[in-house]
Amino acid sequence: MSLKRKDLLGIQDLTVEEIQLVLETAESFKEVTGREIKKVPTLRGKTVVNLFFEPSTRTRTSFELAAKRLSADVINFAASASSVVKGETLLDTARNIEAMQADFIILRHPAAGAPNILARLLRASVINAGDGGHEHPTQALLDLYTLQEKKRAFKGLRLAIVGDIAHSRVARSNIYALVKMGAEVRVAGPPTMMPQEIERLGVTLFHNLDEALRGVDVIMMLRLQLERQGIALFPSIREYSRLYCLTPERMKLATPDVLVMHPGPINRGVEIAPEVADSVSSVILDQVTNGVAVRMAVLYLLSGAK
Amino acid sequence: MTVVIHKGRVIDPGRINGPADVLIQDGKIAQVGKGLAVPPGATALDATGKWVLPGFVDLHVHLREPGFEYKETIQTGTAAAVAGGFTSVCCMPNTSPVNDNQSVTEFILDKARAAGLAHVFPIGAITKGSEGKELAEFGELKDAGCVAVSDDGKPVMNGMVMRRALEYARAFNLTVVDHCECLHLSEGGGMHEGLVATELGLSGVPAAAEDVMVARNLALAELTGGRLHLAHLSTAGSVRMVREAKARGIKVTAEACPHHFLLTDEAVREFNTNAKMNPPLRSRKDVDAIKAGLKDGTIDAIATDHAPHADFEKLREFDYAPFGIVGLETAWGLALTLVDEGVLSVEQVVALLTVQPARTFGLAKGTLAVGADADVTIVDPDAQWVVEPEQFRSKGRNTPFAGWKLKGRVTTTIVGGRVVYP
Repeated sequence: MSLKRKDLLGIQDLTVEEIQLVLETAESFKEVTGREIKKVPTLRGKTVVNLFFEPSTRTRTSFELAAKRLSADVINFAASASSVVKGETLLDTARNIEAMQADFIILRHPAAGAPNILARLLRASVINAGDGGHEHPTQALLDLYTLQEKKRAFKGLRLAIVGDIAHSRVARSNIYALVKMGAEVRVAGPPTMMPQEIERLGVTLFHNLDEALRGVDVIMMLRLQLERQGIALFPSIREYSRLYCLTPERMKLATPDVLVMHPGPINRGVEIAPEVADSVSSVILDQVTNGVAVRMAVLYLLSGAK
Repeated sequence: MTVVIHKGRVIDPGRINGPADVLIQDGKIAQVGKGLAVPPGATALDATGKWVLPGFVDLHVHLREPGFEYKETIQTGTAAAVAGGFTSVCCMPNTSPVNDNQSVTEFILDKARAAGLAHVFPIGAITKGSEGKELAEFGELKDAGCVAVSDDGKPVMNGMVMRRALEYARAFNLTVVDHCECLHLSEGGGMHEGLVATELGLSGVPAAAEDVMVARNLALAELTGGRLHLAHLSTAGSVRMVREAKARGIKVTAEACPHHFLLTDEAVREFNTNAKMNPPLRSRKDVDAIKAGLKDGTIDAIATDHAPHADFEKLREFDYAPFGIVGLETAWGLALTLVDEGVLSVEQVVALLTVQPARTFGLAKGTLAVGADADVTIVDPDAQWVVEPEQFRSKGRNTPFAGWKLKGRVTTTIVGGRVVYP
């Protein structure tokens, strides 16, 4: 079994069958990660390079663990510590890495579409670990996996994604994935955080959080990118928090067994109240656990394609 | 030297459109008429099945020299021009140094003379260093040979500076050309703000970024009576406002580029950096409005905004790649598609590339009138060809039209009575 493609660049170009294949494969790898010896020889002799041009702990560590549990050799390449600061282009950097016989390049980059360029020009498999405001496909896949574990069917599932949709790659990948799988997706946030024509992606738009949460089965909170402030998408954190923070009171608007998700890192008290983040509804840490299994599945399925 | 172009169809908009011969003597058009005799010793060019047109005039090119010779030189840029049928090109001042003084203008003209291909008409800067603050010396620029002023690539953001430019330029009968873009509204954006940008997660430049500056410039043109020319219109709003301004008698002209009437933001999918230009490719509605503007005369000229870049500059992240595409060698074939589409007549397309742009900057070009400089472009209207960037004379290969099958090809270009292409 394999994905008949060299790279994983985004959810938008995946079929439902491909998504299901990843989820099924992740199931068996999750079993591996629960063992005493959490390692299989699947990718022995393969080289995986984590090429990260943005700070990331969670995603990089998750990919590193996934690759190591598949017995691959892993190199971490952080942009600040490299020739990038000397002005080398992305393509030259990647070609150098490829010349060292890397089989996989896992790329995190602040510019949307950066992985697409590398994928076109390199022989190695390129996995998008988040590109600008574009996509973060493995995040969406691990979110789907977590949902499937807890909720089973996607069809008819009602979700609200809350926050800065315009600048969120997590939102985009999840919208593409969930709409494909037949879920009903709502997006909520201030109009300044909604990109043009977002409804044409198959979602319903809300500016009032209470209305958006009414009767939903899943709430996906996005991280408020405090570092993005200054562009003035909203007047103050205080006002944002008052209007869009997921509080215990707001939780009551959703179904009783609602799940709360967050791609992390969370801003406690800004977009999510601490008691919600730590509540039984929260599956935030399950997401992290499942991330490793899902990334193992992706590495495995892409290696078979070659 | 005497040349006779015979057996072709001569299309000189407003003057002649039909079978005729053209006699060129001493670099000037000597006679246009049927059945002209070939004087002894004259070179005869057989134009059977071809169209004989005034040489094309491009109001908007970037020749990159001085300063960016790795992208293009005046030699390669004018070689590209004549290969595309352009016998006159107006080059924007955003070189390094900026063409804001006589010595840069003279340098450009010297290089153009040495190249000996197309006529080059420099456009001087509106402000010193194109920094948008102090006016450049329009008097000196005009004397040195500049035909208009512009801070192209950068808009003149300060309304007072723009007002003064339009006022002051009147003393020299210079046209002020503005690249209409509100930098606050376009900040960080690399493509049109619409569904495709939403899907790709790229920051968008709304149509309003252009519209607000067009509105401001029209108001200032009305206030000052200055001659305003709007570069590369890309939005339905711009076309609507220019149409209305012209109806009210404001002295404004406008140009549009082939990519803005042929492509939409859909071309950016796959993060195609050769579909990245400023203003960006916009929506279907905008494209339709540009076509309507070309048809009803709201838009005066087809210009290329020829903007060569080196391969390595475009072969990178979309956000970091520079704006611009080459256009000189594809413009004619692309413009002709509007005839096939039924939008324009052949004569209209020719006028948009010749007499109308020439009139916009007051150039004595774009005509086959007796006594005019013998700048002539001969085209084969039926020749099919495929756009192959590696064949370009330009150093730039950055075009979104690679692989397009076009009909209509330039076969011969004559500048001042001399065959300069092929």
